[in-house]
Amino acid sequence: MSLSSDKSPTPAQPGTVNPQPRRWRRPPLIRNPLLRWAVVTGSIIYFYFAFTTMGIDPARIAQGIPRGWEFLKGFFWPDFWTRRSDIAEGVIESLSMTLISTAIGVVLCIPLAIGAARNIAHPVIYAICRAIIAITRTFPEVMIAIFFVIMFGFGPFAGIVTLVIATIGFLGKLLAEEIEACSMDQIEAIRATGASTPKVIIFGLVPQIFPRLVGLSMYRLDINFRESAIIGVVGAGGIGATLNTTFDRYEFSSAAAILLIIIGIVLLAENVSSYIRQKLI
Amino acid sequence: MLDIKDLHKSYSTDVEVLCGITMTLKSGEFLTVIGPSGAGKSTFLRCINGLVDSTRGSCRLKGEEILGLNGTALRRVRRRIGMIFQSHALVDRLTVMENLLSGRLGYTNFWSSWIRRFPQEEVTRAFDLLERVGLEGYEDRRADQLSGGQRQRVGIARALLQRPELLLVDEPTASLDPKTSRQIMRLLRELARENNLAVIANLHDVALAKMFSDRIIGLSDGRIVFEGKPDELEDEILSTIYGEEDWSAA
Amino acid sequence: MPVAERDGLKVWQRRTRGATLTRWAAWLVFLLVFLYCWQQISERTLWIFVLDSHKQAWDLGVRMTPPRWTYIGDLWGPLWDTLNIATLGTVLAILMATPLAFLAAKNTTPHPLIRQVALILIVASRSINTLIWAILFVVLFGPGVVAGVLAITLRSVGFIGKLLYESIEEISPSPVEAIRAVGGTPPQVLTYGIFPQVFPAFVGISVFRWDINIRESTIVGLVGAGGIGLQLDASVNSLLWSQVSLILLIVFILVLFSEWLSATIRKAVT
Repeated sequence: MSLSSDKSPTPAQPGTVNPQPRRWRRPPLIRNPLLRWAVVTGSIIYFYFAFTTMGIDPARIAQGIPRGWEFLKGFFWPDFWTRRSDIAEGVIESLSMTLISTAIGVVLCIPLAIGAARNIAHPVIYAICRAIIAITRTFPEVMIAIFFVIMFGFGPFAGIVTLVIATIGFLGKLLAEEIEACSMDQIEAIRATGASTPKVIIFGLVPQIFPRLVGLSMYRLDINFRESAIIGVVGAGGIGATLNTTFDRYEFSSAAAILLIIIGIVLLAENVSSYIRQKLI
Repeated sequence: MLDIKDLHKSYSTDVEVLCGITMTLKSGEFLTVIGPSGAGKSTFLRCINGLVDSTRGSCRLKGEEILGLNGTALRRVRRRIGMIFQSHALVDRLTVMENLLSGRLGYTNFWSSWIRRFPQEEVTRAFDLLERVGLEGYEDRRADQLSGGQRQRVGIARALLQRPELLLVDEPTASLDPKTSRQIMRLLRELARENNLAVIANLHDVALAKMFSDRIIGLSDGRIVFEGKPDELEDEILSTIYGEEDWSAA
Repeated sequence: MPVAERDGLKVWQRRTRGATLTRWAAWLVFLLVFLYCWQQISERTLWIFVLDSHKQAWDLGVRMTPPRWTYIGDLWGPLWDTLNIATLGTVLAILMATPLAFLAAKNTTPHPLIRQVALILIVASRSINTLIWAILFVVLFGPGVVAGVLAITLRSVGFIGKLLYESIEEISPSPVEAIRAVGGTPPQVLTYGIFPQVFPAFVGISVFRWDINIRESTIVGLVGAGGIGLQLDASVNSLLWSQVSLILLIVFILVLFSEWLSATIRKAVT
């Protein structure tokens, strides 16, 4: 921040023009000129190479445009009927996976979150819990699903385990942050009555984090449904498998129908969950 | 220079915020509007420069009707009217100089304003004004690094950079401490005199209003209930403006 | 808290009798739904495989260690593609989402009808997962990086658009009023009054989404849309588990790096 700049020594009256005009230019976003130019040229070079190595095949893209049109038409005339039994089965499976995995995940995330909260957990337990959270959160759900499909075989069970793992990592982290932000006064007040640790948790901690836990669980329910719609792609059950088949067979109007159902359920779930969150908090 | 006749404003059909304001303002006059919260002071100012659409009435600036305009015509009128806001209304993340020069936006085309290229004459004037309001050397500070009083000075300088014919001032001291409030009011008064500016200022502080204005208008429930010199503002009149209260207790 | 009189004694209960009953009923319904869902899943699961899983897991673990380090030579290209899919996808998404967000925000939209259309586009983009977009674009434009970039773009438009329009709606109105009062045109109001206010949110959201997109771009290859996911898919299909573990390790490092970078940038721009 430079306060001294090239100013004329004599203060001027407003409205009069100075002998040497004082110029002004907007200070650049990045103040160090070397860094600024490095960032600019660096990005230009990067984007040049990124584009040229993309391997754009104009002929193939031209070929895709009529297909894209076909797909868009499918959205205006979706075909719910031809594959109705597949679709119904996929939706029920997805919904079941969502509900079960969220319920189990919520229950399991609580001890993990308590262990991962710096203000109440033992340092060793804290480190272990944080490591579990970091690993479960890093890998995309689909990647985890690949392994569970191999372990448990094709089908929704692998999907449920995947979603439980993902839910634990997600809720564990957010809930742990919530616990760390808790007021210690209330916890100390309960501890001062001579309560044991479980009692301290039930009376001092749970009332503080309960509304947030419900809110986060509803949010995760929503996410789990979206995820359950795609882990089917690697064989872990749900509507994703049905969707993949329709695409493979170029049945765009059935695919559009499934996508519309997904959008509809997501919208519904979002509205219900935000309604419940508002009610509870 | 400003001639307002029978100005009405209602937000919904049954509640009238302004019920027929009629007043005139001479050039170079410093007029203060006082009144309780909700009396319609802010709405009154915003009707003049069209930030709020008035329901009916007339308002002439140097003989030219300025109510009911929109689009380019409205913007042309707005650049002749400077406004200073209660919450100083600076753009926090822009520098002091950018905030100042934004006073010239009405005269600048979009592209120049986008790349921050303003005529050198205006930049020079901006530097002079910055000096005049006591913020020399602050041009490249970000607005959110300034104190409340400093921000209001930038707000004043921005309005003056517009070279307005009329200055509308909405509660300039609402968020400032008593000492800074007096300094800001004194600065406003001096600058108005130097530039022979007509000023309409809303104030909630009666003492400040008495100290700095040529004429005072008392507004209550959207009606003018008092108009006169500062020394004519007696305790009974304050009671008609604000309601019954023991005004002697200092 | 309800207090009931029983036999002349004041009895304190946590809830009234009605509230307690509703609660129990709600739990019962939940339990029944849960059991129904469980039965649905159970019917479709081959429990022999599940009971056998610990052996499979052990087997997998043995085959995955140690990673085949020499395979890394084949991964630089896909890694570069992965980075590009995330970055180009995010940039394209920003270009599309920014105007959309201004059309969708209550205080900047030109017309309520346009706002509704913008909101629908945002919701549609958000509801469909990147992988589904990827499947679609692979079918349309053939396998490759292009499909990946487009998939990332279309999913991110909704995400960025939603967060951005919410932060536009939250800006302080007074600077906007001030720019209008000096006679600024609507584009000037946008660039002086609104954009500086949403700039930190804009950068934060973009970088945050880029971080998520790095993660997403590692999987779009599973359906043929380019990047390191292609290698993962190939290695899994040919049961080369020591290659899979190397890929996982690299994904782990990549994700940690992008998380660190996005956190640093977000901290710098406030």
